[in-house]
Amino acid sequence: MSRRTVSRTYPIDRIRTEFPILGTTMRGKPLAYLDSGATSLKPQVVVDAELHYLTRISANIHRGVYQLSEEATVRFDEARDSVRQFINAGDEGEVIFTKNATESSNIIAFGWGRKFLKTGDEIITTELEHHANLVPWQQVAAATGAKLLFVPLDPVGRVSPDAVESVVTERTRVMAVTGMSNVTGYMPPLRDIAAIARRAGAVFVVDGAQLVSHHPVDVQSLGCDFLTFSAHKMCGPTGVGALYGRRDLLEAMDPLLYGGDMIVRVGKESATFKGVPDKFESGTPNISGVIGFGAAVRYLQGIGMEAIAGHEQELLAHAVRRVGEVPGVAIYGPVTEQGVAGGVSEPGGILSFNLGDLHPHDVGAVLDGEGVAVRTGFHCAQPMMQFLGVPGTVRASFYLYNTFEEIDRLVDALNKTLEVFS
Amino acid sequence: MNIADDLYKEIILDHYRSKKNRRRLDPADYHQEGVNPSCGDDIELFIKTDGGIISEVTYDGIGCSICTASANMLCEALVGNSIEFAGKVLSRFKGMLIRAEEPDFPDSAADLEAMQGLRDYPVRIKCALLAWNTLDQILNDIQSDEKPQSLVDTERPG
Repeated sequence: MSRRTVSRTYPIDRIRTEFPILGTTMRGKPLAYLDSGATSLKPQVVVDAELHYLTRISANIHRGVYQLSEEATVRFDEARDSVRQFINAGDEGEVIFTKNATESSNIIAFGWGRKFLKTGDEIITTELEHHANLVPWQQVAAATGAKLLFVPLDPVGRVSPDAVESVVTERTRVMAVTGMSNVTGYMPPLRDIAAIARRAGAVFVVDGAQLVSHHPVDVQSLGCDFLTFSAHKMCGPTGVGALYGRRDLLEAMDPLLYGGDMIVRVGKESATFKGVPDKFESGTPNISGVIGFGAAVRYLQGIGMEAIAGHEQELLAHAVRRVGEVPGVAIYGPVTEQGVAGGVSEPGGILSFNLGDLHPHDVGAVLDGEGVAVRTGFHCAQPMMQFLGVPGTVRASFYLYNTFEEIDRLVDALNKTLEVFS
Repeated sequence: MNIADDLYKEIILDHYRSKKNRRRLDPADYHQEGVNPSCGDDIELFIKTDGGIISEVTYDGIGCSICTASANMLCEALVGNSIEFAGKVLSRFKGMLIRAEEPDFPDSAADLEAMQGLRDYPVRIKCALLAWNTLDQILNDIQSDEKPQSLVDTERPG
C-alpha cells in the first residue's frame, strides 16, 4: 500500500518526524499507534515548550514582580489566547483551564446544574456519551430532583433532529451531547441540536473531547453554550483540559474550588472573588502543561484542522474496507467506506469492531505482540455498549500522523489473531 | 517473544475452549460473583460441598481467554478436593503471579503453572485472578459460615 493521503500536499512524512515516539518500537516491532482516541502522541514542539518553561522560567504566575514571574504569566496568557483562537471563543474570559475534560464537565454540572436546576427540570442526553458527560449529570439530577432523558438512537447509533425534538418539553433545561462518539466516531448534528436547544431555552453542553481534537470547531457558529475538551487528546500534555463557557453563564456560576489566586479580598469571615476565568482557576495551575497546550493548538493550526480531518477520513475509509475483509469482523456504528450511511453527518477517525466471538482483550493482546496499539474494552461508555449489545469492542482510532501502512499492519495482526485462536 | 507465544499456549487455549465446567449450579451451596470493572469481566462461581469436600464446582460469565481459562483450571483443580486444599492452591497461585514465587502445585492443579508467563504482562494478571479472588470470598464465607455480602473486585485487592 502506498502512503496515499487526502491530498498530495498533506505533509505526512514531515509530521511523522515531528513525533519522536514514532521512531520507537513496541514488543520489538515498529510502533503502530492506533489509540489516539485514548490519548494522542506528543510532537517535539510541545515537549520543547514545556521543557523551556521548566528549565528557563519555572516561576509561578500572577504573583512575583520579578522578570521570570512576569514571563511565566505572559506565556500562560498566550496559551489561553491560542486556545481561545482555536475554538473561536469571543473573549479570553470564556476559556478556563482545568485538569481534563472530565473536570470541565463537572464544573458545568455542579457549577451551573447544581445551582440552577430544580425538581422536575429535564436534562436531555444520549446513550453515546462518555461517562464524563453522563455521570456528573446523573449526580446532579439525583441532587436536584431533575430528570435525565435520553434521545432515542437509530439502529446504528445516530441522533436525528426529530428524535431530539421528541424528548424536548417545556421543562428541558440542559442538553448535554457528545460532539463525536468515542466508540463509533459518529458525529451528531450539533448545529441542528443547538437550534433545538435555543428554541427550548435550554443550555447546550457539547463534550468536545474527541471532536475538538479532530475537527475544526467554532463555538460561535456552532452555537454551543459550553464545550469541554482535553489537551492530551490533541497533541498536548496530560493533566490539562479546557472549559469553554458563554461569559454570562460562567459569571452566574459558582466555582467548585476556593482558595488562592481566585480572590479579590479576603477577611477573617468572608471573601470576594475575581471574575472569569480566574474564579474557576484556584491554586497554582499546571503551568508547564498549559504552556504545552498552547504549543499543541498552534501546532495543529499550523497543519490545519480541515487537512487533519480530511486525512483521517481517508484513513477511516481504508480501515473500513481492509478491516471489513477480515473473516468474522463485525464493525459497529454508522460508518461505511463511503462515510456515514444516510448522510446525517460525517464520521470521525474511529473504528470499533469485534473479531468473531473473541474477547476484545485477547485481540488487543495479540495486536500488542505485533506492535499495534489499540484500545479494548468498553471505552468509558457502558450505556453505548449496552446499546450495541456487546461487553466491549476493539477500537482503532486515527490521527494526523497515522498511515495506510499502519492500518495494513492492523489487518495482518487481526489475521494472526485468528490463527492463534483457531 | 510476545503474548501469543508466551501465554496463549495450547494448554491455556484448551481450558479456554473447554465448556465442561461452564454452567450454573442450581441449587449451589455457595455462589459468588466477581467483576473486573475496567474490562467488564464478570465471573460467577458455584460450589457444592459434602462433608468438607468440594463435590461440584462450576463457573459462568463473561471474560477473556485468560480469565475463562483460569476459571476452568480452578474447577478442574478443586473438584473432589477439600476446602483446605482449595485454600492452599489459591495461595500458591496468587504467590506465583503476585509475589513471583516458583510454582509448586499439586498434580490436579499442575496446569496452573502455564499461567506463569503472565508475570511479564502485569495488566492481565487480574484476568487470571478474577475467579480465584471470587473463590477467596467463598472460602471466607465457608469459614465464617456467612452468606456472600458483595461483589468481588480484583482491581481493588484487599
